[in-house]
Amino acid sequence: MKRRPSHSAIPLVITAGLALPLVQGCKPTNTKTAVTGDAASKVYVAPGKYDEFYNFVSGGFSGQMSVYGLPSGRLLRDIPVFSVDPENGWGYSEETKPMLMTTHGFIPWDDSHHVEASMTNGVPDGKFMFINGNNTPRVAMIDLKTFRTASIIEIPNSAGNHSSPFITPNSEYLVAGTRFSVPMGTDAQRDVPIDSYKENFRSTISFVKPDTAAGTMAIAFQIKTPAVDFDLAHAGKGPSDGWFFFSTYNTEKAHDLLEVNASQRDKDFIMAVNWKKAEQYAKEGKGKMIDGKHYMNHYDESTHMASSKVVDQVLQLDPAELTDLLYFMPCPKSPHGCDVDPTGEFIVGSGKLAATLPVFSFAKMQKAIADKSFEGDYDGIPVLKYESVLQGEVKKPGLGPLHTEFDNNGFAYSSMFVSSEIVKWNVKTLEVVDRVPTYYSIGHLCVPGGDSQKPWGKYVIAYNKITKDRYLPTGPELTQSAQLYSIDGPKMELLLDFPTTGEPHYAQALPADLVKGNSKKFFKIEDNKHPYATKGEKEAKVVREGNKVHVYMTCIRSHFAPDNIEGVKMGDEVYFHVTNLEQDWDVPHGFAIKGAPTAELLIMPGETQTLKWVPQSVGVKPFYCTDFCSALHQEMQGYIRVSPAGSTVPLTANTKSADAGL
Amino acid sequence: MRPISRILTAFAALAMVINLFQPIWRIDLFAPQYPEGLVLQIFHDRFTGNVDQINGLNHYIGMATIHNDMFPEFAIMRYAIGLLVGWGLLAALIGRRWALASWLFTLFAFVIWAMWDMYSWGWNYGHNLDPHAAIRIEGMAYQPPLFGHKTLLNFEAWSFPDVGGYVLFGSIAIAVMVFLYEWKRPRNKQAAKN
Repeated sequence: MKRRPSHSAIPLVITAGLALPLVQGCKPTNTKTAVTGDAASKVYVAPGKYDEFYNFVSGGFSGQMSVYGLPSGRLLRDIPVFSVDPENGWGYSEETKPMLMTTHGFIPWDDSHHVEASMTNGVPDGKFMFINGNNTPRVAMIDLKTFRTASIIEIPNSAGNHSSPFITPNSEYLVAGTRFSVPMGTDAQRDVPIDSYKENFRSTISFVKPDTAAGTMAIAFQIKTPAVDFDLAHAGKGPSDGWFFFSTYNTEKAHDLLEVNASQRDKDFIMAVNWKKAEQYAKEGKGKMIDGKHYMNHYDESTHMASSKVVDQVLQLDPAELTDLLYFMPCPKSPHGCDVDPTGEFIVGSGKLAATLPVFSFAKMQKAIADKSFEGDYDGIPVLKYESVLQGEVKKPGLGPLHTEFDNNGFAYSSMFVSSEIVKWNVKTLEVVDRVPTYYSIGHLCVPGGDSQKPWGKYVIAYNKITKDRYLPTGPELTQSAQLYSIDGPKMELLLDFPTTGEPHYAQALPADLVKGNSKKFFKIEDNKHPYATKGEKEAKVVREGNKVHVYMTCIRSHFAPDNIEGVKMGDEVYFHVTNLEQDWDVPHGFAIKGAPTAELLIMPGETQTLKWVPQSVGVKPFYCTDFCSALHQEMQGYIRVSPAGSTVPLTANTKSADAGL
Repeated sequence: MRPISRILTAFAALAMVINLFQPIWRIDLFAPQYPEGLVLQIFHDRFTGNVDQINGLNHYIGMATIHNDMFPEFAIMRYAIGLLVGWGLLAALIGRRWALASWLFTLFAFVIWAMWDMYSWGWNYGHNLDPHAAIRIEGMAYQPPLFGHKTLLNFEAWSFPDVGGYVLFGSIAIAVMVFLYEWKRPRNKQAAKN
């Protein structure tokens, strides 16, 4: 038999070639195929058209709050809150410095996690946003007329303001629960060994009262609690109005290796607080004034200036002495989200390490309290029986449930950090009806109005912790990311990825119509009550007070008055009080001077802002406008002459107007 | 004049009273940066609208700043309007064609004067430019349009009557129609009737 070359190898190669795609076909679905249908047209907002929703998103470790338009995902603004922002002088100008003052001094940064909307009748009213400062415990109030931070209040006897700033249905109170238990009291009481945690450490939740007319906040009272770590919270509403619910972890009271030591118990707690009762105790004088020094900072829009008030004490309520204030409901494994459905009847605890999502019933809780259906107590606080308060459990929802929001059709949307998905379930039947993947590792999510009594629905937005391969790579440090899903149909549908600044945690979304009509266009110059305002070029001047030189400066397209200043000496402190005389929308002017170790000023029309400048060397120093204000913006510049200390150069400034008519 | 003519004449005259309360003329300006537009409304005694913004923009090209006290017209316009209304009512009262004709003549004279006055102000405003202005374009003048549309650098300017102006023109139209109507009637018949 003639030996012929075998051709059997050829089909083998072909087979192998065919098999390769088959093998790949078995891998998880490519993330790029997750978008189907006409997603593009659903998020396309044509140039010049407005978005349907404002999305107010926490900046996480940026310390700020960002505003995006939905459904386009376009970044509209980064509002400086807890962190300095050299771009507009926030925290650098003399007027804004007091906003960042605390009992620890001037703090230029924080970690902002949760955004909450001011509410009227259980629905966001579009007037204010609130956001927490996690690291140096604070709460900020942002005015949606100006999109600026109106007030920042420090939270005393707190160590990490994480469980904040959730609000009651008529903005009566917003809460601030500490993430860390700490020893409180006198110096001696606070200087204790860390392993005396169980004896000496306690936690607090503060009730902050916002004044929506004045744009200020004050601490109404504070409740001292057992040493648990507070994670998140939500106010009751409808039937549960008057109650507040807080998720807790580390009920093990571990003080080291929390990763393991705080994950031992099967159940931690959701703490129910009867805040109406607490309010009543506070009114009846049943609290105690205790040490609790804190700063209250407010930016006054008419003086264009912030000021700080320091308060030494807070009213503290002690549940060891006052009954019926607190109850613990057992909740599986270190719950994160603690969310109340729109009817106000159901409270959902999202146990990060749990295999189910427990749904508690407010009516059952009330009955259990009345029946004293307790399984015992925790540091003297009654612990309700799990079975007697449980409405039911959502079985196998996914892995790592973190947070739940609601739509207007009786569905809940829970984020699953570990299995990286959003799970939609029916609040009545507790059945999972849909799930979609997120890319990747979702933390919080947001449905417009999703924590209110009347959600607007339409979208759910995922705020992810990992971005990885979703965008063009930018080295080891990547953008953070959010994803927009349509929830109009029976199936959730991924529409859009959009990058975010900082790391987004919780967010709020409001219909644009609720906010946009109130947006201020400029400040009226005649209403400017700044003590150093210069309301016309004729009033521009330079005044020396000892070694302080006050420059009363105006700016208008396209010149400063004065623009030549002489007679400043080494050792002087120069204060540039710059008033923008423009009275039209979108005509800010900037002010920057060479060698300033601070930042620029960005002055809105009708506003006065002050930059303090201490000359470091002799010479003629330039200053100029940084905001491209007009065709002659480049010419908007000037000089200041710095002479040696002891020089006899007289203090002069040319205040001749380029246009007498203006 | 027939009763209907006299009533119409009186009505047309009285309607012009609105010029004391409503703007007579308006100039609208649109530019790429001002899609919402800027407006200058001219009342019998003042300017209103975006006067400050317009002044702010015009200083680049050296145009004068508009102030209400630049215009002596604003002090006398109310008397001119009063005269036109009074004369019209008088013509209706007299009820003779000559009276009507004299009123019509006065109306035309007023309109021609007003248009000429506005044109000459516009010419001065647009041509007398500050030689130190930041932007000077050889041969460019910025005279606003008297009526209708004109492009001035980046601005599209539209000049049209406002409420008062429309009423004024309406009154003149009524007066003209009444006059033509009366003119066609035989003189003797009318004379006999009167």
